[in-house]
Amino acid sequence: MPKVRFATAWLGGCSGCHMSFLDLDEKLIELADKIELVYSPIADAKEFPENVDVTLVEGAVANIDNLKLAKEIRKRSRLVVSFGDCAVTGNVPSLRNKLGVDDVLTAVYHEGPGRHPTGGDEIMPQLLPKVLPLHQVIHVDAFLPGCPPDPDRIWAAVNALLAGEPLVLEPEMRTFG
Amino acid sequence: MSVVTLTINDELVSAQEGQTLLSVLQERGIEVPTLCHLDGLSERGGCRLCMVEMEGSGRLQAACVTQVQEGMVVSTHSERLVKYRRMILELLFSERNHVCAVCVMNGHCELQWEAAKIGMDHVRYEYLNPDLPMDASHERFVVDHNRCILCTRCVRVCDEIEGAHVWDVMGRGVNSRTIVDLNQPWGTSQSCTSCGKCVQVCPTGALFSKGATVAEMEKQHNFLRWILDGREKKIWSYENGK
Repeated sequence: MPKVRFATAWLGGCSGCHMSFLDLDEKLIELADKIELVYSPIADAKEFPENVDVTLVEGAVANIDNLKLAKEIRKRSRLVVSFGDCAVTGNVPSLRNKLGVDDVLTAVYHEGPGRHPTGGDEIMPQLLPKVLPLHQVIHVDAFLPGCPPDPDRIWAAVNALLAGEPLVLEPEMRTFG
Repeated sequence: MSVVTLTINDELVSAQEGQTLLSVLQERGIEVPTLCHLDGLSERGGCRLCMVEMEGSGRLQAACVTQVQEGMVVSTHSERLVKYRRMILELLFSERNHVCAVCVMNGHCELQWEAAKIGMDHVRYEYLNPDLPMDASHERFVVDHNRCILCTRCVRVCDEIEGAHVWDVMGRGVNSRTIVDLNQPWGTSQSCTSCGKCVQVCPTGALFSKGATVAEMEKQHNFLRWILDGREKKIWSYENGK
């Protein structure tokens, strides 16, 4: 059987979901037999490849780089999964939404120590006016809530996805937070 | 008291006249979600989660404020009802800033749990992200309007059980806020007895004990039963395990 072309991506989040993914521990060996990891923060791939079967996306859409990658992921993946609360709800990154971009940049950089990045100068990607959950930007096929989703949830979800089954988790396994 | 017979989900059921439909459902183990309802407080019919379908009526009725009637034909879990309940929960989440991951009630919150139970794995509506204050002026408690769902349990427990009526609601629609006395900082209230009943009945992290951080707040409602059993039935002590 050909291996499933599997990817994970990291948008506006803390990488905690990826840490939790690594906490699959010895199950990762089992997973490695079934998948080919074609793109991930923990793999050496610069470009998001074509013809990906399943992509787990961690993080909210907070800046123009996130937005660009999200659209690329959608175009090149058969199944896109919102992986963790930031992708599902906006979560902690979206706490800035009530403040407005200028006020955030002023508080963090202009009034902070050192030189401030201006955004739009190709060094720091420009922030979007509001941090958005992934499904408000692209179509998302399945949702895996949790901050982070614990390894049991990830394992249940990955197994369902690899088997081509719909992702339906038990209530205890689909709480936010 | 006379007995009435009604049909719930195609099953004949008898109930006492004057009973609410919700109490009959609960007696029979038919679980409908609730948020504003709390055993021991008056009913409000505000959250609309316990809505049911009733034959002969196009309108949905909140089971908590509907009295049983002879011949009533009720359906509690139709596709339409489940769809509307999920919509209500999504709207609650989108209206204020319910960020479970950084909430004092994470893991113990009734709103969080109702959402998980009904299968709300994401919110389809745009988040409003309103700029709402917190009031930490009280010596022992904090109110965080970001988490409030306006269930008014705090208003009712303070009025009906404690008898102080510190809490009320100001404004209309999306601008509604719970307020203390004449809309003043909680710490300056002269009517508040600092009993903490409002904190204990609050289903979310809107009211919490000062010093609690993420996931540390747990609430218990048993005191309501103890107080009411004492007042109404003169029961002042309980056997072990009761």
